Parts: sequence; structure tokens; C-alpha cells
Amino acid sequence: MQPFELASPKTREQAVHLRGTDPARATFLAGGSDLLGLMKDHIETPSRVVFLKGVGGLVGVRSEKSGGRLRIGALTTVDDLSADAALGFEYPALTAAAGRVAGPQIRNVATLGGNLLQRPRCWYFRNGFGLLAQRDGKSMVVDGDNRYHAILGNDGPAYFVQPSTLAPLLIAVGAQVILFGPQGDRFLDLEKLYRIPKTEGEREHDLRPGEMLTEIVLPPASGRRVASYEVRQRQTLDWSLATAAVSLEMDGGRVTQARVILGQVAPVPWAATEAEELLKGKTLDLDLAAKAGEAAVAKAKALSQNQYKIQLARVAVKRALIAAAGLTEEGA
Amino acid sequence: MVEYFWPEAKDRHLLGQRISRLDGPAKATGRAKYTYDLLPKGMLWGKILRCPHAHAKIKSVDVSAAEKMPGVKAVRVIQGPGTEIQWALDEVVGVAATSEALAEEALRAVKVEYEVLPHFVNEADLTKAPKVDAGAEEVVGDPDGAMATAEVKIKGTYGMPPVAHNCMEAHGQICEWTGPDTLNAWCSTQAVAGLAGQFAEGLGIPAANVHVMTEYMGGGYGSKFSVDRWGIECAKLAKLAGAPVKLMLDRRAEITVAGDRPSAYGEIEVGAKKDGTLVAWSSKSWASGGPGGAGNPPIPYIFQVPNRRHKHTSVPTNRASARAWRAPNHPQGAFLTFSALDDLAAALGMNPLDFVIQNLSISGQFEKVYREELQIADDLMGWRQRWHPRGDPAKGAIKRGLGLSLHTWGGRGHRSNCEVTVHPDGIAEAKIATQDLGTGTRTVIAIVLADSLGLPLDSVKVSIGDSRYPASGGSGGSTTVGGVSSATRRAAQNLLVTLFGKAAPELGVKPEELEAAEGKIRVKAEPAKSLTWRQALSLFGQTPVTATGANPGTGDLTTSGVGGVQMADVSVDIETGVVRINKMVAVQDCGLIIDLKTAESQVYGGMIMGISAALSEEKVLDPVTGQVLTTDFESYKMAGIADVGELVVHMMTGPGYDERGVIGVGEPPVISPGPAISNAVANATGVRVPFLPLNPRRVLDALGAAGTAGTAAKKETA
Amino acid sequence: MARDGKREDLPRPPEGLSRRDFLRGGAVAGALGGAGLLAGEMLEAAKKGPHAPHMEAGVEVWGPGPVPMRLRVNGRPVDLLLEPRTTLLDALRDELELTGAKRVCDRGTCGACTVLLDGDPVYACSILAITVQYTPIQTVESLGRPGELDSLPAAFVEHDAQQCGFCTPGFVMATKALLDHNPNPTLKDIHHALSGNFCRCGTYAGMRQAVLAAAAADDDDDDEKDEKKKDGGRPPTEPKGVGHG
Repeated sequence: MQPFELASPKTREQAVHLRGTDPARATFLAGGSDLLGLMKDHIETPSRVVFLKGVGGLVGVRSEKSGGRLRIGALTTVDDLSADAALGFEYPALTAAAGRVAGPQIRNVATLGGNLLQRPRCWYFRNGFGLLAQRDGKSMVVDGDNRYHAILGNDGPAYFVQPSTLAPLLIAVGAQVILFGPQGDRFLDLEKLYRIPKTEGEREHDLRPGEMLTEIVLPPASGRRVASYEVRQRQTLDWSLATAAVSLEMDGGRVTQARVILGQVAPVPWAATEAEELLKGKTLDLDLAAKAGEAAVAKAKALSQNQYKIQLARVAVKRALIAAAGLTEEGA
Repeated sequence: MVEYFWPEAKDRHLLGQRISRLDGPAKATGRAKYTYDLLPKGMLWGKILRCPHAHAKIKSVDVSAAEKMPGVKAVRVIQGPGTEIQWALDEVVGVAATSEALAEEALRAVKVEYEVLPHFVNEADLTKAPKVDAGAEEVVGDPDGAMATAEVKIKGTYGMPPVAHNCMEAHGQICEWTGPDTLNAWCSTQAVAGLAGQFAEGLGIPAANVHVMTEYMGGGYGSKFSVDRWGIECAKLAKLAGAPVKLMLDRRAEITVAGDRPSAYGEIEVGAKKDGTLVAWSSKSWASGGPGGAGNPPIPYIFQVPNRRHKHTSVPTNRASARAWRAPNHPQGAFLTFSALDDLAAALGMNPLDFVIQNLSISGQFEKVYREELQIADDLMGWRQRWHPRGDPAKGAIKRGLGLSLHTWGGRGHRSNCEVTVHPDGIAEAKIATQDLGTGTRTVIAIVLADSLGLPLDSVKVSIGDSRYPASGGSGGSTTVGGVSSATRRAAQNLLVTLFGKAAPELGVKPEELEAAEGKIRVKAEPAKSLTWRQALSLFGQTPVTATGANPGTGDLTTSGVGGVQMADVSVDIETGVVRINKMVAVQDCGLIIDLKTAESQVYGGMIMGISAALSEEKVLDPVTGQVLTTDFESYKMAGIADVGELVVHMMTGPGYDERGVIGVGEPPVISPGPAISNAVANATGVRVPFLPLNPRRVLDALGAAGTAGTAAKKETA
Repeated sequence: MARDGKREDLPRPPEGLSRRDFLRGGAVAGALGGAGLLAGEMLEAAKKGPHAPHMEAGVEVWGPGPVPMRLRVNGRPVDLLLEPRTTLLDALRDELELTGAKRVCDRGTCGACTVLLDGDPVYACSILAITVQYTPIQTVESLGRPGELDSLPAAFVEHDAQQCGFCTPGFVMATKALLDHNPNPTLKDIHHALSGNFCRCGTYAGMRQAVLAAAAADDDDDDEKDEKKKDGGRPPTEPKGVGHG
């Protein structure tokens, strides 16, 4: 780790002031479970670290008095999130997903904000080859080992996958984020926080200089059926190979509105709009769930070693829909 | 002439019992000090700059900026201009500084220019190898004629990638010079006695002047026999700096350069009669363990098919050299062989258990052992009740299946010397320059000594992990327990000869009428006539009594060769390719057991390490850079506690086993999990997944190729 | 060994901490309490010393050089002078010689450095020491020593839930957190709680037994009269050939 100075502000104004607008110079530190590794590997080399856990008012889940929206402080730990009664009442799929993030040691320090803003796990990025992993103008991912890389949104130059397991669910239920910066608060659909970088200098998050993520705002569930399915190989500390999160508005057995968001398959949480369209107006049964899985990956294209991820995404969508609708598969 | 022997079952008071490891409390409370934990006064931190290229020539090295940094006490160019680097993360420059952070900063100040050369790191496709070293074909009988007459035959290609040792305690050491040519070295090693000579040779100093110490070490599995270049460099940095230097590898280097198991691939054709009798075998294998290629796995494994042909090709790659990895070559031989045999059994329509039994007559000296073990494994797994032909007919995505494998290993005790001293206070101390890798070496020495002298465990002391003690072999090949136990037993028996010689006149009997039991030296026929150990020792004045013992020696205290059987019960999600272990059964023979608790732990441990390699471990080499991509525990996927299923271990003991003496058990149980689990996956899904690890990619690729993966997954080239 | 007898010039450390301990920043030792990075007398002293912070936006900015800080380890305050970049793991191991927490991956992926922070298990390698001042930190050394083992490490010994032992302290601490929060865990609970730790020797079978046994032993402490609970319905050692489930 490069030496750095550290400050622990008490207010968001102080935090933003101390951070300044040069991300290469100063960085925010919350749980640190991602940032410290990046700093040890000299992928992040800030000369100032602004430690956020002393900033007041950014922890916990509260219900707004009117409208029933839930506001979650960005510094709420993933563990607290997984145990939150109000959130669990409204969105049990979300608290359950939080309980599956990494292992207890990470859940105890990692924050929701950090989960949403963590950097890609791409092993070329982590080994210091840059976010786009280009060498001599060519993608190392395309010629290299891309077993964990993108199957959607992979027209290049970005091939990494967005790692957050919570983002797909939050996007599916219509979460917004509040970003506090030098110009004050900015509301943004969480979905729009993510972008596919086109050049090495760009980040995968649409954060303006000096902005910090302060809150995540969830609309009330209002009877929507919400579920996610993660394909993990190991039952211990492991990343999902493909995640599908679904949120369905239903009229009896018929789907009236659907969000289907995929994780770990594209450089951003991927909205499977083909699946969403297919579901709308139809009665959700096993057959439709399978067809929606097909639709979700209709435009997927494999790199040299990740063909299997198309199947995983397909199955994840099917199983998330089955879970959301409370259906049972034969033999399951 | 003393006759050395292990006591009859009725005369053992500690041997074969379940005894907790003696160093358990120190380890479980964090009090045990490993090399990585030691902080000698004035210690500097050593770090190594490593080459990022898998194949390159060093053009220039500039260390001037690093040398000028305050706090940097030594800088050494390890490999200078002109050197051709053969693998990524090979050593280039070493530094020692007053803090670890400073040492890292110094490395970043070093400038190295390379001429990057073409590299080759992935040998799965043999046709892409730029050079190969083809071995001679081995032929027994008439393989072509026999294959032509075989009633049923199969052909298959199978393979497994390299897997890392990934020891929890990284390789490394602390070196401290106590004089111009006298060195103290605390090392994380499997070879305390051997390392002194290696340091001496590398440093040009007398071996007698090197003092190696390893009180505790955090895992080796075959990767820690060498002083390694970083060991010699650590000593040289310490000399240059005039201060002790600690140099431990970071995890990236540990996984990349500090050892792995060679890959193995094979094309196999095997034929049998309709009744399952094996008649013909033909195989080609290839493998790599780095620039030197890799040796020939034993194929066919265990079953000596009467007519057979085998040819092995060694493939040089730009990877760090492989090291002995628990049961070297056997996991590969077993996986290639038992995958093919299981496919043949399926083609025959036979239950693999029947197929194996049908061919036990060509399984060699352990036919009877295997027969007994297969029966016990069958009972513990419920194999015959639960086995179904390939392809679980159950509805839904989850398919369940059973698989089995056999294994063998040598494990005769290595050269070992023990000095036993009984102190005037009656405490008996054994000194051996061996090391406890976590196998329980310290504990078995104590048990043998206490049992032999008729003392309680708390009246013996074991001193190991120091090269100044009597020499003992490195801990590898499951040879340690046989070596140290035999040496200790002989030393103890020799000690008793001396003690009985003095005690006999006191008790008015002949020495041969005495025994050491229940904390006393007593007359066998008249146990009330006895001396306490203190009384016996007082006959020697205030001088301790010492005796030595050596292995090998007279008496069959250790022999070679064990057999084992494992069975796996798995569930496969054929839509996601996720394989879960439901249950594993291990039935293992290891001769006379000294400590049942730690012996079983070896079997559990080997089985779990084998499960981990079978399911998820793979040292992934980047075709673009030649670097290892799996450099932490997130990407180098070892099985965790939730991933290994229910585990059942049965140790073979009693008549037929005990009289073979003490035989090591560290290696054998790691051999079978790969084939047993792979065969269970084939039984569950009806499809052979030909390559390890059995991760979703491999499983779905195989199911896709067979057209059975849910709705899709097309074939994909490996 | 050379490590013995060093720093004899220093005052004796508090019980539970070894040599290189508290008074590293002796001049700034002071009262406990307060919020923020530093508080009370210690802060006042530090602000005047050679390692004083500079102020920006009304906030102290510390470092990048050594910073006086106070950790609360195993119930005792320890004052240290460390750069902000120092991890909790390195502070424990290299400054306080509490080497039970091991450095294995140093990237928050293996669990060998697990300690308890305010009762919760965390990876000490992925936390900056400066950010956990005044928060109670518990290391494996607090669970007794050979000859006076707490029931949890004793269960690890009895069930041989360790081989080389390098991962063991991390597993012991993750287990302690589990049992503190859930005294009667199921096997599934155990798997979930220990999913952030890895062992290379393959001691998981013994660990399952050890955790169940330690839970049963804790029951005894709660209710010694409940004889049925005394051994948790399990023999202390299982008969030969029976598995660890």
C-alpha cells in the first residue's frame, strides 16, 4: 500500500470537501473489504483516504412516513441489512440475498454502498492490466481466459462483469440512489448508476467528481413478487456465476409488469428486456418461465470459454421466476 | 542382541488409542509460534521483485534508487542481465528493509528491462506444444491381439489441470548470522535435517554451522523440501544487512511458484470379456510440471491388465516447476485409469463394484485388503442397495449417483535416528530432527516412547524441529511415521536394556525377567517387586541415561504398501452443472496404528483435499501473459466446510493389518476422491465429464456435448 | 532464540499482551473514551506532538506518517504509533506480537486472520487499525493458553479439528462468534458461519464435531443439572468407523 493520510469526517459535507474532485488523489473508505485489496495491489493509489463510517445518519433502514418508501443508509452493513426486520417484511428476497453475500467476516464490515460500488473481480483488472485489460490495443480477455467474463453487453472494449449480488434485486424493485456531491443531492435510478466504459479512463459507475452514495431508496413492494436466483459453485465464500433477479406485478396468475435483471453476466446489471416483454400479459407457469429464460439470453454471445454461462443465466431466470411465482418444478 | 518388536495388542497401553495431538492446545489458542510469527530482535523484512513475464530475457537491472532509500539495508540482484527467465514470478531482485512497507517501496523503485519471449503454458491440447519429450512405449503381452478379441471396449480422453499446494503458511524463513559462517535459520520446511546441508551448499559454509529450526509449520504437502532460491537469498540479504531477515512469500508468489501438482491427460482404450475380465489396455498420456515437463503417472493403475501398451509424453511449459504434491503421480494415475475402467463397466452394463471385484486377481499384493475394504465400504455407503445404472432416472434437474476408486501407496518408514534420554526426575525425552507438518508426528513419537517405557504421556517429552537433534528424513511420501516410530521404539528398547541391567541386581532377578509398565520397572512374574523410575535412575547417580535407535534396523517395525477404497455419493444439478457431495466413504489400511485419532485425521484430510481438487481447484494459467490468474482464495477455489459432504472414515486394524508394522497414511487417501467423484457424476448424469475440476463449466460442456444439458449448452473446446 | 530477551528495557506489558506492546507512544497515553479517531487527553497530547494532524474542513487529517492511536485488545488499551495504512492484522502481529491471527492471503479471502470486532468476526487483514480505535478487539489469545483452555479451543483439540494449525485460530474465532450469537447451532448454521474460512489440511470433519461439542459444553455451563445435555447426547469420541456427519 502506498502511504496515505486519513480523515474521519462527521458530516457528509465534510466528507465531500475532504474527498475533493480528483478520484486519483483521494478515495472514500467504508468497509474496506474491496478497497484495501485494491490498494495493496496498487490498483488504487490514493494519497488521501476519507473514512466514512464516522459520518452520521447513513446507517440503518427507515420507512418514510408517507408513501411507504424504505430508505437505507449507504453505510448499513450487509449483515445488518440481512437482519433488518422492516426490510425483511417488505422484501424478504433482499434480506436473504444479503445473507448470502460472501462470508460473515465480509458481511460484518461491507456496506450496502460498497456492495453497489465495488470494482469488478475480473482477474486481468485485479492483476493490474486495467479495467478494460487492453494490451497493444487488443483485449487480453478475448484472447485470454474469459471463463468468468461477460456474455451480454460484451461488444467491447469492456468484458468484465458487474459483481454486485444485491444490485440486480435492487434494480428489479426500482431502487433509486441518492448521491451527495458538491452540488448537493442527486437522485438517480440505481440502474443508471452503472455504465459500460468505453475508454480505460472511464469508471463503470456514473459518479460525478466528489459524489458519495448516501442512501438507497426502495418503493414499497405493493404486492409485487420478488425473487432472485444465484448460481454458485461453492457453498462457502464464492461469487455467483450468474444471478437473476425478478420483480413481478401480477393479476392472479397473469403477469402485468415484469423486471428481469441479470447479474455477473455483463459489465452492468443487465436488464433482460426481451424476457420482460415476453412475460407481460401472460400467465406465469413453468413453460413460460423456461421461455423467459430463453428470451433473456437470446442475444447472449459467448467468448471462447464462457459458453456455459449462457446456460447458467437461462436457468437462473427460469428459477427466479419459479420462486417468485411460488411454482414448483418437477423433482425439485 | 535386542529383538525389536511392536507389543502384542494386550500389551499396548497407548498404541492404537485415540489420543489428542499434544501441540493442539498451543495451536488452538494461537500460542504456537510458526516461522511467519517470529520477530527476532532487529529483524528486517525481506521482499523479492519477481518477473511478470513467463518467458523473457533480462536486459538490464537498475537497483540504484532502491539502494539509496533510507531504511533499505540490503539489495541483491538475484538474476541479472542476460538471464533467461522460464516462468512468471521468478526471482529477480531481493531487498531487506526496516519495515515491510519500505521493502515493498524499494522493490517498486527497481527498474528492470526485459526482452519478452514467446511462452507456452497450457498443454491440454498436445498439438499446440512447441516441444515435447516423448518417452518410450512400454508393452506387456499382446495388446493389439487382445484388444482385437475383446468383447467390449471403450475409448476415452481424460485429464486434470495443475493444482497448487497453497499451504496456509507461505514458504519462507528467517535467517540470522551468529558469526561469519554460522547461521540460524527458522524455516517453514518439511526437511529440518536436510535443509542444513542445502543452506551450507548454497552459502559455501560448513553444514555443521547451520542451525535449522521448525517448531511449528503451516502445511507443506510435498512443496517444502527445498531451501529454495529465496532461502539462500534470505541468508545472503541477512549477511549483507548485518541483521536477521524474514522473507515469506506473498500469496500470489506462493500459488504461482511455490509448488503444484503436474497436470495429466490421457487417451485410453481398454477392453474386456463380457464377464468384465480385463484383457487389453492401450494408453497415451501427456503431462506438464513446468520447464522439465512431468513424469509418467502409473497407468494402468493397480490393475495390471495382462496385455497392455502405454506411452507417456512429457511437455515442457513456462510454469514454475512442479513439486511433489501428496502422493505424487498417483492421483493422476488413478483418475485416468478409474475413469476409463468406469466407462468400460458402464459399457459392459456392470455394477462397477462387481467389475472391480471381478478383476481383483490382477490388483497385486493387496487383493485381500481390497476385497475386505470393498465389503466394508459397500456396507457404509449402502452401495448395492442404492446403485443404479448410468443416468439417474429421477425426474427434475437433480441427479444422484455413486462412484468408487481404489488406491495404493508405499509408506515404509524413512531413515531416522532417535536419542532417548531419561532424566533423573524420571522424565523421558526423545530427540529427533524431524518436523510435525500437522500430521501428528510429535504426538506419535510421544505415544511410542511412553508406551514402550510404560510411562504416562505426561512423563515424556518430545523435542523435534531442530537440525541439531539426531538426523531424520524429510517428511514426504508418508514415510515419517514409520521412520520416527521405529527409531523411537528401538531407542526405547535399547534404553530398557541399560536400565534393566542395573535394576535387575537390585531386584534380585535377571534383566530379562523385568518389564517397564505402569510407571515402574518391575518383575514380570511378581509386579509388586518394582522400582520407580526415580529409584532406577538413582542407580546411575545424577547422570541421565541415554540410548539411541535407528531406522532402518532389525525387526519388522515398518513395511511398505497399503490399500484403500473410497466411494462417493453426489448430486448433480444438470441445469447448472453444480456438483454437490452428499457423502464420501473412505476405508483405509495403514498397518499398525499408533494414534487412531490423528491417523483418521490424515484420512479425512486427504479425502477432503482430494474432494477439493476434484470439484473446484485449478491453477489457471493465462494464455496471454503466461501468469497464474488464480492468486488468492477467491479465485483459487478450495472446498470449504459446507462443500465436502458427510464424511465417513473406517480404519482397517487388527489381525492381517497390525503385524505389518507402522506404515504412513498421509498420501493414500488423497488419491481416490477424483476418480470416485467423477465416476459418481457419470453415474448420476449418464455422461462422462472427462476433465477435472467438476465445476459448472466442465459439467455443462460435457452435458452439452452429449445433448443432455437441460435445454442448451453447446460443445465448447477446452 | 534471539526473539527472547528483546525489549527488556520496556515496562512489563499487561496480561494477555506480549512484549512489544502498549507504551510505544508512551507520551500520548491517556484516558479512554470519546468518539472519532482519537479523543480525550490522548488527542490533546497527540495534537501537540510531532505526529500532530493538520486540520481541513474542521476535521483532523492524520498521517501519512506515524499516527498515535489506541486499540482496545482483549480488554486492555494499547497505545501505538502507526501509519494510517497499517492493517489491524499487522498491528496485532507485528506490533503486539499477538500472532494467533495469521497472515495467509492478506486479501480478505481465507479467514486465517479472523478476529472479533465488537463481538463480530472480521478479517483483520482488510481493516485499517486507525479506523477501529476504541472498538473492542478480541483475538484467539483471549481464549486461554495450554493448560488453561477455554471450552472452545479445548473442543478443537479433543476432536482434532486442526492439523498444521495455521488456519485454526481463524476458525476458532469465527466459531466463537457463532456460539456467542447462537448457542445451539445446526450443522447448516455451522457451515454458514464458517463459510468465510478455509483449511488446507482438511480438518472440516473434526471442526463440525468440535463446534457441536463446544455448543453442548456451553449448555452445561448454562444448566449443569441437565445431565442429558451434558455431553450433548454425543459420546466425547465417536466409535471407530463412524463419520463426522
